[in-house]
Amino acid sequence: MTTQADINAEIGARAGERGPQPRIDYPPYRSSVLRHPAHEPSPVDPEGVELWAPCFGHRDVEAAESDLTIQHAGEPIGERIVVTGRVLDGQGRPVAHQLVEAWQANAAGRYRHLRDQHPAPLDPNFTGVGRCLTDANGAYRFQTIKPGPYPWRNHVNAWRPAHIHFSLFGTDFTQRLVTQMYFPGDPLFDLDPIYQSITDPKARELLVATYDHEVTRPEHSTGYRWDIVLTGTHRTPVEAS
Amino acid sequence: MTPAPGQTVGPFFHLGLPYDGGNELVPPGSAGAIRLHGRVLDGGGEPVPDALVEIWQAGPGGEVVRAPGSLRRDGWTFTGWGRAATDPEGHYWFSTLEPGATEAGRPPFFAVTVFARGLLDRLFTRAYLPGPELFGADPLLSALPSERAATLVTTREPAGLRFDIRLQGDGETVFLSFPGQRDCWA
Repeated sequence: MTTQADINAEIGARAGERGPQPRIDYPPYRSSVLRHPAHEPSPVDPEGVELWAPCFGHRDVEAAESDLTIQHAGEPIGERIVVTGRVLDGQGRPVAHQLVEAWQANAAGRYRHLRDQHPAPLDPNFTGVGRCLTDANGAYRFQTIKPGPYPWRNHVNAWRPAHIHFSLFGTDFTQRLVTQMYFPGDPLFDLDPIYQSITDPKARELLVATYDHEVTRPEHSTGYRWDIVLTGTHRTPVEAS
Repeated sequence: MTPAPGQTVGPFFHLGLPYDGGNELVPPGSAGAIRLHGRVLDGGGEPVPDALVEIWQAGPGGEVVRAPGSLRRDGWTFTGWGRAATDPEGHYWFSTLEPGATEAGRPPFFAVTVFARGLLDRLFTRAYLPGPELFGADPLLSALPSERAATLVTTREPAGLRFDIRLQGDGETVFLSFPGQRDCWA
């Protein structure tokens, strides 16, 4: 049986590697062993559709979908939070009017998903799915509840730090990103092979939101800010406008 | 600016990403509809039942589509984008149109993104239409050994096109890196 100490040693052995992206060949995350390509990716210049991203609009997303606390008759249980920030491209320009998708566990660390058998309660008032479009400044905003950490079976006594899954599009197909947003100061960071698959500590911090009292709503919810930078675009700004 | 790192979609992405009609860019059986389908396989040749495949493609005339509506399809608007989760046998399918070439003389392809539990970052690839007479003009295909290039080419079937995605091992699919990523990952 693999223990947390075993995983910590494996994480430690890879900690010196550099580069801001996750190592896809990262055995401490056991499920990755047979699911990563062994070949290096082939370099290619984007062409045709790859220079453009799919287009989403208000026809696709209702404004209410950004509030994960109003999808049922009652209030979900947990700490109400706002998560907001901007989606930027690699040149720092806002990604305007683009789709942001989010999904998460409930306050008890349980997903509303058949495969989640963690014996923590489901919340009849919380599904854990949100969508929104960024505004002209690239800003997105979700009203939700803070997800709980949860156990998984990577090794004995494995726990994931609390996180919200994010799915993002840029202005080019090549900027597609799915990642996870974490909360500041989580004691599980050092123990989690998914988070630690990003071996550069500065890059890992890019996935951690900051508490922002300006985002906190009086007598309602605490606020977190998380800006998301995508990779660079391949079109010139003139073409992109 | 350093881009945010990716993370796996995890085992519970079905909660947030797939949606009704996501894999039907056009209604199955409608005029010009084809099935683009295949399996996602791991390094042991086993199906990956918790993968997600997205396609982004030109229209039949090679036009890049700029129409919203992928999340709420109306049955009439071709948006060029779709999303399909694999089933318990690792199989995915789309009902769509065959893309045209966005540049004359170049072979048409579907741009493909692959996500899975166990896969720590998304992968990009291309699924080319069969038609080897144009492959010599393609910078990617012509630079690859033929057996590697073959992993990027769909197989024609009576109802459409087949494209299997092998994440690792024998016949491993060629995955791509674009300059914007190489620059920031260096």
